[in-house]
Amino acid sequence: MKLAYYPGCSLDGSGVEYGLSVKRMAELLNVELCEIDDWNCCGATSAHNTDKLLSLALPARNLAKAEKMGMDTLAPCAACYNRFRHTEHTVRHDSEMRSKVEKAIDMEYQAANETLSVLDLLTSKVGTDNIRSQVVKPLQGMKAACYYGCLLVRPKEITGFDDEENPHTMDDIMQALGAETIDWSHKTECCGASLATSRPDVGGKMIYEILRNASEAGAECIVTACPLCMMNLDMRQAGTEKKFNTKFNIPVYYVTELLAIACGDSPQTVGTHRHFVEAVKYLENLSTAAASPAETVREEAKTENGESDEALQKKINALTIGFQKNPAKMAARLIAEEEKAAILVEIVSSDEKKLAKLASLMATDNDKAAKAAQAYVAAEIKKRG
Amino acid sequence: MDKTVTLLPVKDDHKAVLPRLQNEAGTDIKLCYQCGKCSAGCPAGSAMDYTPRQIIRLLQLDLVDEALSAESIWICATCETCSARCPRGVDIASLMDTLRREALKQGKLEKKVAAFNRAFLGCVKNYGKIYELGLMLQYNIATGQFLKDADLGLPMMTRGKVGILPETIKGRDEMKQIFARVKQMGGEQ
Repeated sequence: MKLAYYPGCSLDGSGVEYGLSVKRMAELLNVELCEIDDWNCCGATSAHNTDKLLSLALPARNLAKAEKMGMDTLAPCAACYNRFRHTEHTVRHDSEMRSKVEKAIDMEYQAANETLSVLDLLTSKVGTDNIRSQVVKPLQGMKAACYYGCLLVRPKEITGFDDEENPHTMDDIMQALGAETIDWSHKTECCGASLATSRPDVGGKMIYEILRNASEAGAECIVTACPLCMMNLDMRQAGTEKKFNTKFNIPVYYVTELLAIACGDSPQTVGTHRHFVEAVKYLENLSTAAASPAETVREEAKTENGESDEALQKKINALTIGFQKNPAKMAARLIAEEEKAAILVEIVSSDEKKLAKLASLMATDNDKAAKAAQAYVAAEIKKRG
Repeated sequence: MDKTVTLLPVKDDHKAVLPRLQNEAGTDIKLCYQCGKCSAGCPAGSAMDYTPRQIIRLLQLDLVDEALSAESIWICATCETCSARCPRGVDIASLMDTLRREALKQGKLEKKVAAFNRAFLGCVKNYGKIYELGLMLQYNIATGQFLKDADLGLPMMTRGKVGILPETIKGRDEMKQIFARVKQMGGEQ
């Protein structure tokens, strides 16, 4: 598969890990990315806050170039993606605006192709089965809150993708990588975007609520596909903790970083060590747990029986002491008939090995112990003739 | 803000504004039946002087000036939750966007947001791309907040998250022409 590639400004700057990991993702999944030549900034919020035509013309210069390449465009940044989809939608449905846009950029542009987000590419074009088959280091034990934010899924008539209120594509991808995804309330809440800069009094609260809700829902990390969300949740996490006098210490990852790592890359290859909230250790802890499966099996066996080795030994010791101090009472627990029980008392009083065997059997399974007791008694009666 | 509003007969020049705004926003405010779902779900609603529902009500009452002077329109982060949830299909986010642009045209602007947008677009016009560090510095200088986020600058550099110098695209002349043509066609910058 070949796609025109629009990295956008963030992926060269604050979102450098996103840029590195998107390229690795493409290599691992055999997607050829052809970077749009001499691309320009999409104009982001500042353009659509200022002038409608400008907010369409800035993306259109890039999209017209991609159209000449005859390819759909991959725009990993959620803000660029949303502006591109807006431009495509307007150019397709508003012929008057289309001619204004073409005049402004001095190029022909009819929006024949479409822009994809990373989530759309991975679920609609590559497919989660295909991703699953590439995984060599599953993210076993990871508890992830998939955070979609606003611009990837809203408005639906522009993005035409996933669900606005309860999207699942990122959860599907993370599950294919072996992680557990948690249900939580703030999947599509807004991180405040540039309000963290222009109105920190408002934006700070929005960041706090997302971190708090992820933590309270039991997430051990947050996964995103937007560089602005990453900036707010990762870079501003320490500041938010300070402001609200709390500690989250919750690592935030790009979905593409985790994909590359699950497919065998080191965290350093995709830049995970550059995060503000330490994010490599959590991944290392996951792989240590996964590297000792024997231990895991033993842990599971213990929990199935509902007790550990230590507790079992204590129980055996107690039963042994019971046989020594009050053999008649213990024998009565195994054999109902008085005569036979009396013979068992004689046996355990003279044979320590048989006593130990019965005690350890009683500790786990009383029926087995009863059968063994009957066998001992039967053998003794036979011996006596 | 004082929320008392005076209802007066509508003036002719006013009559023209609302249809123009609705046309640009691509939505019809008469559809709104004031259920308030937009405001209940707005993540920034608690910080607004008029909630999104109240902004629409102001417009329904033809109180365009009040709506344009509201702080709310500059607190809206365009997250589109309101538009996604409106049971009547009113595109509130697009309306907020249109109100911001109209306020800018009429000089009724929120200084910090306007300063940020000016710095941002200046960067796009001159370099073709955004240079994050330069943008932050320019914004801080323009708003007199010299030490804002100063604790983040150095860690960003040591993590390789920001370059020392701005990158520029080759088509810088093209960018200037796009800005010039948009202005010719009546655009705001």
